[in-house]
Amino acid sequence: MRLVPLLSLLVVVPLTVAGCVGKPADQNAGQNADVKEFTLTIGANALAGGKNENTAKWTVDHVIPKFVEAQKAKGVTATVRFEGNGADDKDYKTKVALDLKTGGGADVQEIDGIWLGEFAQAGQAKPLADLVGQDKVDAWDGWSKIPKAVAALGDFDGKRYGVPVGTDGRVLYFNKKLFAQAGLPADWQPRSWDDVLEAGQKLKTVPGVIPIQLNAGTAMTEATTMQGVLPLLAGTGKPVYDNGKWQGASRNLKDVLGLYQKIYSGGLGDPLLQQEAKGRDKSFAQFAGNKIGILLESDYFWRSVVNPANGVAKMTDRDTAVGWAKIPAQRAGSGVGGQDFVSMSGGSIRVVNPNTKYPRQAWELVQFMNSFDATKARVAGTPQITVRSDVNDDVLKGDPMLSYVSKEVLPITRYRPGLAQYTQISAALQQATADVVAGKSPDDAAAAYQQAAVKAVGEASVAVD
Amino acid sequence: MPSTDSAGLGRGRALAFVAPALVLIGIFLVFPALWSIYIGLTDYTLTGPSSVNPQLVGTGNITGALSDPLFGNSLWLTLLFVFGSAMIGQNVLGFTLAWSLRGARRWLRRLVEGLVLLAWILPSTVVAYLWVAVLDRDGGTLNALLNTPGTAWLVQYPMASLIVFNLWRGTAFSMLLYSSALNVVPPSQLETARMVGAGRFSTLKDVVFPHIRGHVLTNTLLITLWTANDFTPFLLTSGGPDHRSETLPVFIYQQALGSGALGYASAISFLLLLVNLVIALVYLRLLRRRG
Repeated sequence: MRLVPLLSLLVVVPLTVAGCVGKPADQNAGQNADVKEFTLTIGANALAGGKNENTAKWTVDHVIPKFVEAQKAKGVTATVRFEGNGADDKDYKTKVALDLKTGGGADVQEIDGIWLGEFAQAGQAKPLADLVGQDKVDAWDGWSKIPKAVAALGDFDGKRYGVPVGTDGRVLYFNKKLFAQAGLPADWQPRSWDDVLEAGQKLKTVPGVIPIQLNAGTAMTEATTMQGVLPLLAGTGKPVYDNGKWQGASRNLKDVLGLYQKIYSGGLGDPLLQQEAKGRDKSFAQFAGNKIGILLESDYFWRSVVNPANGVAKMTDRDTAVGWAKIPAQRAGSGVGGQDFVSMSGGSIRVVNPNTKYPRQAWELVQFMNSFDATKARVAGTPQITVRSDVNDDVLKGDPMLSYVSKEVLPITRYRPGLAQYTQISAALQQATADVVAGKSPDDAAAAYQQAAVKAVGEASVAVD
Repeated sequence: MPSTDSAGLGRGRALAFVAPALVLIGIFLVFPALWSIYIGLTDYTLTGPSSVNPQLVGTGNITGALSDPLFGNSLWLTLLFVFGSAMIGQNVLGFTLAWSLRGARRWLRRLVEGLVLLAWILPSTVVAYLWVAVLDRDGGTLNALLNTPGTAWLVQYPMASLIVFNLWRGTAFSMLLYSSALNVVPPSQLETARMVGAGRFSTLKDVVFPHIRGHVLTNTLLITLWTANDFTPFLLTSGGPDHRSETLPVFIYQQALGSGALGYASAISFLLLLVNLVIALVYLRLLRRRG
């Protein structure tokens, strides 16, 4: 008798509570469209005094006051808050996913474009047309300034989910001071992997220098894939996803892993650095400290890492000491589409949270954040390739490196497949490089990768050759 | 009849008193546990299609874990961590400290106890980052002390580093517990042992241990469970390099929030719970045998 009420309390109450939380709110496109007072939150992986500091400062100092002012002119009282984060990308993604899953999260979110597929399939991101109405989305004049291929970063399954914030390109950075010591030219441009290895051998003669730093291992997460495996795979002629199939333990992958082996078992790279939890940050500091000769990185490295004004590893002589070159294919002409040089690009997008109470206002805020003036203000301190061609024409001309990426690298670049399965394939590729750095043979590492890939996406979706 | 009424009133009143606690236990303990078991039976994920429509996979996650070499690796590392740093390390070091401090001067005892205790009372995050700095390859204190430049302790010896760390941090509890336990050993018996010329080892084995057996078991159970469920290794190595320090709690975290495989991670949490239960049952059995 006594047990019955006890048990019912124990079971019924939690279930009732569970029923009240964890469900994203239902949404309609016109919800709260005409309110005179609203509150919005902007979320990004940016923090004053920390990661992506410029974005945080711009949001707080420019976007919020200007947007509030613009709303006031229309007779609307807007309150906008910034929810900053300074986490690793993986942790930030987890936070956003949990926020969205439980019906919370900032009204306007900045997320990595590659996460869009997963979030969309889970209903955690919704097409802009569903949230604010197709006519409202199409009415934005900013679309005409964003090249179609770039706008596609915010698309999934033929639908538009958000506005891309920026894009990037990857190159080989090199330290001109170390190059001079090793007898290498200041206008270095390798034409094959062998050229890079050869330069590495020469740099090895300079005491106390790590000749090549190629991101590897699981600790660096997506940096390993984007600044390591994917551009190299593209250089062998086969992208990671082709004709509806993921690449398995193919000859191409083994070649890529073979290059890792040559670098890390051949004394050209520091295998310990690759295995440290903060290995990427350390490699940034070592490059800035003239200890690394060649480094494959995105233009982020130039503008936010070694930037003498506000980089996380400032190089006061960046403009004269840092050189850059296109990433060569394995051999001339062996890259995807017969290319001699390759690159990979990514970028983040701004989406409207499906749980927002004010979808129309959130969309207005997104448009505002991607307007010419706001975009220009965002990149004022640190020039950056934006998605708006009008802003790029204006801000990149003073920066030779970013102009180079915009003109020379973006035309030959590739984007990652926007599929939910990508994350697991990427993790398996990171593991394969970790195996090689730890001493496994490329063949064994590729075989283990094949197993992991089959487990993740099914045998039918993995191509071996 | 009146007795029934008063009994009924008593039950009602008792229920009213315990209800708030029951509700809280239900919300924060029972429901999450049931929910965790449920999603452990599905392919539930953090994002993607399975986060909306998880499919029941029955015991698929458990059988998957049992055939997953990474799970086996984590289980082995957890056992190594527990045996190395807690069951043996903290027990022996904690007891040794308590025993050596027994006759020490009061100020010395207080000083040593205070220093050792400091490691235990500082937040895990603080001590973890402290140790990251100590063990760092470039400019780490340990390399400077040992004159071993270039040794990346957390990369080259990740499990040994974790064991030393946990030993350093957790010994305080064992020391305190044994310090108080040693008070129950009658001084007269120790005196007798000394008079009959018993060696140090036989004094410990035949005189001291029988008195503190219960304390040893309690201490072992507690530090074992704490160590088996400890998440601090994540702050030191994130389970790396190459899974070489990925104890079960870290593995569960990596699966759940790193890979988003919430269902699989829940199933493994259940296996970790079983490991903990087995340890607790062995302990209870040993205590009962004593009784």
